[in-house]
Amino acid sequence: MAEHGAHGAHTEFTEHIVPLKVYVGVFLALLIGTALTTGVAYIDLGRWNTVAALAIAVVKMLFVVLFFMHVKYNPGLTRIIIVGAFFWLGIMICFSMADELTRSWEYNPASWTGMILPYLSRFLL
Amino acid sequence: MSTAIADIHEIPAESQVNYLNASYGIKSWLLTLDHKRIGLLYLGTITLMFLIGGVAAVLMRLNLIEPTGALVEPDTYNKLFSIHGIIMVFFFLVPSIPATLGNFLIPIMIGARDVAFPRLNLMSWYVFVTGCVFALYAVAAGGVDTGWTFYPPFSSSYSHSHVVAMALGIFIAGFSSILTGLNFIVTIHKMRAPGMTWFRLPLFIWAMYATSLIFVLGTPVIAVTLLLLAAERLLHVGIFDPAIGGDPLLFQHLFWFYSHPAVYIMILPGMGIISELITAFSRKKIFGYSFVAFSSLAIAIISFVVWGHHMFVTGQSIYAGLVFSVLSFVVAIPSAVKVFNWTATLYKGSISYEAPMLYALGFIGLFTLGGLTGLFLASLATDVHLNGTYFIVAHFHYIMVGGAIMAYMGGLHYWWPKITGRMYPDLWARFAALVIFVGFNLTFFPQFVLGYLGMPRRYGVYPQEFQVLNVLSSAGASILAIGYVIPLVYFFWSWNYGPPAGPNPWGATGLEWTTSSPPPTENFEHSVIVTEDAYNYPTADVTSE
Amino acid sequence: MSETAVNEIAHHPNPTGFAHQFEDIDQQHEAGRLGMWIFLATEILFFGGMFTSYTIYRALHLPSFVIGSHLLEVQFGATNTVVLICSSLTMALAIRSAQVGKSKSTIIFYLVLTMILGALFLGLKLRFEWYHDYLEHIVPGFGFVYRPEWGSAAPGVQMFMCFYFFMTGLHALHMVIGLGILAVLVGMAARGRFTSKYYVPLEISGLYWHFVDIVWIFLFPLLYLIGGRYAAGG
Repeated sequence: MAEHGAHGAHTEFTEHIVPLKVYVGVFLALLIGTALTTGVAYIDLGRWNTVAALAIAVVKMLFVVLFFMHVKYNPGLTRIIIVGAFFWLGIMICFSMADELTRSWEYNPASWTGMILPYLSRFLL
Repeated sequence: MSTAIADIHEIPAESQVNYLNASYGIKSWLLTLDHKRIGLLYLGTITLMFLIGGVAAVLMRLNLIEPTGALVEPDTYNKLFSIHGIIMVFFFLVPSIPATLGNFLIPIMIGARDVAFPRLNLMSWYVFVTGCVFALYAVAAGGVDTGWTFYPPFSSSYSHSHVVAMALGIFIAGFSSILTGLNFIVTIHKMRAPGMTWFRLPLFIWAMYATSLIFVLGTPVIAVTLLLLAAERLLHVGIFDPAIGGDPLLFQHLFWFYSHPAVYIMILPGMGIISELITAFSRKKIFGYSFVAFSSLAIAIISFVVWGHHMFVTGQSIYAGLVFSVLSFVVAIPSAVKVFNWTATLYKGSISYEAPMLYALGFIGLFTLGGLTGLFLASLATDVHLNGTYFIVAHFHYIMVGGAIMAYMGGLHYWWPKITGRMYPDLWARFAALVIFVGFNLTFFPQFVLGYLGMPRRYGVYPQEFQVLNVLSSAGASILAIGYVIPLVYFFWSWNYGPPAGPNPWGATGLEWTTSSPPPTENFEHSVIVTEDAYNYPTADVTSE
Repeated sequence: MSETAVNEIAHHPNPTGFAHQFEDIDQQHEAGRLGMWIFLATEILFFGGMFTSYTIYRALHLPSFVIGSHLLEVQFGATNTVVLICSSLTMALAIRSAQVGKSKSTIIFYLVLTMILGALFLGLKLRFEWYHDYLEHIVPGFGFVYRPEWGSAAPGVQMFMCFYFFMTGLHALHMVIGLGILAVLVGMAARGRFTSKYYVPLEISGLYWHFVDIVWIFLFPLLYLIGGRYAAGG
């Protein structure tokens, strides 16, 4: 039932036609992910609630990117662009956070871990 | 001594069909999809913006002749330096080389018929013009007094000037540059002629590619930041507002995340031009092609992790400051690599001193000075003393004017015959280059001293003991202004009266010199196949067909 | 010779829609896709500015963000998430229909369905969330009222609501633009422009639509589910 692209054999972007059942499967996976995210929010996992929510969101995003946006079938430059953009976003977040979270550090901390952990745990809850 | 050899077989421009005479009428220009015409549309627009920004500068320098302010009140002075900065940065320097020379040259240099998205290209120009209209409206309505940096809470809460209109103008112009950068990246990836591998590309293309990366990665951030600022100003509450837990420094982080890479947007294309000029006028292959090519990418990438050096004294954590300081030293390295390679290219080259080369040599010296003074500022301890003084003003003008604008002038002169099919008067051009060089140094070198001595920037008044240096600087500014007017005159003159230029008046390598001057609309009469590396000197008539 | 680039009529053995600056339709397809992906990269950074700010303030003012998040109603957020996921499916099916050469009415059917779902998203948001928030006086800049039970965390609650409206507002703006693009696509499909050989506008518009969906996939947990809903009153 899987149809392979009949056109554009010479292109970097293969004209891959995604089977219907893959689309439906991804759709169901996304619905399950949404239910999971919502449901997990009602369970007390402390600081891991956020981790779980973000992890599920990332997985949902991967489903959309790989299948709905065909990135699974378009290797190469597309992936570099996506990874690059997120990496750059990461630069912006990390360096800005590095400032915001270290403003009140004492110059000669008695214990570095004692300084860092409270901030991390506050962030994650 | 002159090597501006006219082609023996030159045909007068008027009898060829080229992109300039292929169609007439204002609609054929305003609705053109030809990247060359769009480049000229941009040239007109940014020249206008440069003149307006220049007027602001002239008024500032006139005011600074007297310690008590010779011309304007402090409030007006605030508006002058803000308008000068905003227009020069966002509406002149950022688009200058990319939108004019980049648009014109990139497809030709890679052997393509046009950019990947010609309609998007035209739209970019209209978007840019719209941004200019918003900005000029803001100026006409009374200007802004926040500085080009728009720091809140002054810009969000206390300024009584037209911040929203100006912010929107910059936002819109920013979109124009995003679309241009996008267009260039796709064009360079997908539209290179057969045989034009990445490592046969002219270094101007590498520089433009790196610049385009910065366009697409950095500009969106300032776009959203200005939007947030405008929202805060309109709603009287927002995310930079300390009253609800906001941090004004967050604005600075977001602002400088773009604006630092933006300064590399302003200099990288210039560096690309210098690579072209140095090779052409020493008739020699570039020394270390891949080093220069990769250094462009390195500059683009590292430029994104140094922005905190603008915030050393505004309240940033000292630990973040440490990291940014180290990285700011690192970012100087690829720039230095370029300077070494250009110098090595000159060594044992067959050098001639036409106007483009004068600009290129001036660039190397002045950019180096400006770059070295940047190291004083990258060092935390010295920055504490120098931040907020005229030292910074001198530093960035050495790079932006002594560097970027001189490269732009050099490029304009070098490719003018290609763009127009006409030569400008060489002696006047060399004279103007010297006037600019002298005027520039007289304007800005005293400012290094002023800054070191402690004169703050953005002040329309100053202590009496600084007057001599200020007067010298203002005198230099008047000479510089004359230096810029001269090319304006002879470029206009050359459109109609300049002698026709052949396909390759400089005897340079590069695909653009294999087609007629001006080129036909489709850029090349025949399809292009590339078989040689770039800068394949010493033979003058390298062809690529 | 006045072959200016205005002329987009194919004089190549290529399908309609071919643009002459390219060598062939495949190059045009690749260029179009690459262009849209780069545009989406810029959008990641565009939204990223707000995500960065959100991350910082959440770290600095977590209790306020928890209170603010609990002011939002999870059922609307979750429903809207489902609506958008459905619209992504219908969008993907619209493109697939063109790819396999289905009739233009099939393509139009899926496009219109996507538009309906998108409009439903906006309608739910406007009517049941934003308007409701306005009535409750929790829209910053429009009569925001601090509630005593928020205590000292109150200013931060307004900060959170700023983020809520800015981020969902920017997202909604992108949805509106997306609806406009879909309308244009419907017009193109109606004129029979899409074939199994030429469907690039559909494909790249689909990329845009999926991106807008992905932004919401992140906005939902980050705005609606801060601090969990297991405490009383979730």
